[in-house]
Amino acid sequence: MAIVEVKGVEKHFDEVKAVDGIDLLSIEGEFLVLLGPSGCGKTTLLRMVAGLEKPTAGEILIGGEVVTHLPPRARGVAMVFQSYALYPHMTIFKNIAFPLKSMGMPKDYIKKKVHWAASMFQIERFLDRKPRELSGGERQRVALARALVREPNVFLLDEPLSNLDAKLRTSAREELYRFQKEIAITTIYVTHDQIEAMGMGDRIAVIDHGKLRQIGTPDEVYFDPEDTFVAGFLGSPPMNLVEVGDKVFGFRPECFLPQEIYLGCRDEVTPFGFQVTRVENLGSDRLVYGNLGERFDHHHVIANLPTSFTQYPIETGATYKFAVPSPMIKFFDKKTGRRTKIFSF
Amino acid sequence: MTTGNAPPRPVGAEKVGRISLLLDNEKLLGILMIAPAVLYVLALVGYPLVLAFMYSLSDITIGSVSYNFVGLEKFKEIISDSGFKIALKNTLLFTFVSQAIVIVLAKILALLLVKNFKGKFFLRALILMPYVAPISLGVIGWLWMLDSIYSPINWFLQHSGLFGKDFRPMWLGKPFLAMFSIITVHVWRMLPLATVIILAGLTSIPQDIQDAAQVDGAGYFRNLFLITIPMMLPIMMVAILFGIVYTASDIIIILVLTRGGPYDSTQVLVSKAFYTGIDASDLAGGAAYALFLFPLLLAVAIFMLRIARRAEVT
Repeated sequence: MAIVEVKGVEKHFDEVKAVDGIDLLSIEGEFLVLLGPSGCGKTTLLRMVAGLEKPTAGEILIGGEVVTHLPPRARGVAMVFQSYALYPHMTIFKNIAFPLKSMGMPKDYIKKKVHWAASMFQIERFLDRKPRELSGGERQRVALARALVREPNVFLLDEPLSNLDAKLRTSAREELYRFQKEIAITTIYVTHDQIEAMGMGDRIAVIDHGKLRQIGTPDEVYFDPEDTFVAGFLGSPPMNLVEVGDKVFGFRPECFLPQEIYLGCRDEVTPFGFQVTRVENLGSDRLVYGNLGERFDHHHVIANLPTSFTQYPIETGATYKFAVPSPMIKFFDKKTGRRTKIFSF
Repeated sequence: MTTGNAPPRPVGAEKVGRISLLLDNEKLLGILMIAPAVLYVLALVGYPLVLAFMYSLSDITIGSVSYNFVGLEKFKEIISDSGFKIALKNTLLFTFVSQAIVIVLAKILALLLVKNFKGKFFLRALILMPYVAPISLGVIGWLWMLDSIYSPINWFLQHSGLFGKDFRPMWLGKPFLAMFSIITVHVWRMLPLATVIILAGLTSIPQDIQDAAQVDGAGYFRNLFLITIPMMLPIMMVAILFGIVYTASDIIIILVLTRGGPYDSTQVLVSKAFYTGIDASDLAGGAAYALFLFPLLLAVAIFMLRIARRAEVT
């Protein structure tokens, strides 16, 4: 087991800077998620950690050793690919045995190890089959077993769940999380799906345009975004961002509720007039679209009310008194997009 | 939304030509479109093939006016001919040796060409040249290259100092050298096609799988022999199948370079068929020589397709 350290790493593809100077230090045994929109450079960063891509500048350390110029096989990393990348011409047994064979392990050891890995993912009965005879979920387990079988120092996952259907993804997410805690191997997980990131990550590194925007626990990046990009990227719908003068302030739609709800609340609340233009009932949530008052230039914002709040009927066209707990309002500099220390309008 | 401003529809817009309606009938359209191909195959492949079968079962010659069925007499006759065994042996030698060389070289070449380097496009175009150049012209070029007196190859070998001043191999005049030359020229000619086929197979292997093998600890050769080649087996089979059928039925190189000589040492079944059937006007004998290959090649084709199916790639 080892920690991964990325120091000022850059990767240029011709003119394009896919990764533009990222510093990152993992914690032993943690589940670190690289989150960002597609094309942000997160997969390139992961591939550089794996050794499949050479950085244009910077260094990569695994377990304290510089591995920047080592090939993947000398790094002790295992990787799971989005497409699972199973070897189609080999049986599942041979697929899982492949990393061990490459290490030159004795035959009976390989056999024992493959069965151990297979039992961990309940795929023992598929060992004699070929990958094409398996479903997507089963293939994904095989890919995990193959990655795990040689007990790597670092576990790299590149969107391993995105090829599964929505229902399977939920259970696979839970399983993957439990499994990572069990083996406690430092894991770097790339995804563009914030639900996966929030649900599984011990820490989330938000990446955009090849730059690290913020790294922190899911709570930190969600409730304390360091800049407007993180604020606008996380959450669905994301944080409402309202421009006032040279500042931007933001608040989460789910904190933006009818003022009466906050009656008797210890925190100070900031009230807003809210003219509703549209109500969307999504089953568990009610999304309320509308505009703030004159003071905020009728800025468009969204409120997210749990449907269980049945005592607050909301009508389109009417104006209501909504409020946000004052500590939940975050201020940003309009020019740089970074958080500011100023806490008033 | 309003439709008030929509332009008025021209009168009679629903009327569609009868022919265009007729062409909507997929059954009819299908037959119409496939007809030229079927006619072509029937007239230029099917008919001559049937004719060849009929000829081989007769004693027909160029001057014959009637058809005289003699059963398998002609086959018995050619098999007992002393030239037949040599031609059969040469055919097998020529085909399998040249294909073995082609497939190995094509594989190496494809592995090189799939990499990114400067001038890749130029090199790819250059390698395709032997295939796009008219084959008879190319072979005539080789005829000069392999000439016993004016051969630039000999000139080069003499001046390289490795061999003496009198080093003057008769490339097309000695049995072993003649076969060697024929195979070399054939490899030169078949290599481009095989390379392109294998290159296509190589680029069809997902990058993820190559990456996975790398991360799983496979070095270059392990990757090559355990991942790349097994995954490409079906497409390599296609290249080999084409190559074998093509080689076993090819005549141009032999006709131009050696005419089957010296002493029948490069005589193959096809050239034998040509010399017997056309030059010696024994049509029945020529057809029998030509058709002798038919079951052999059919067996090869079936065998290859079976292997290709077994090595399926998802």
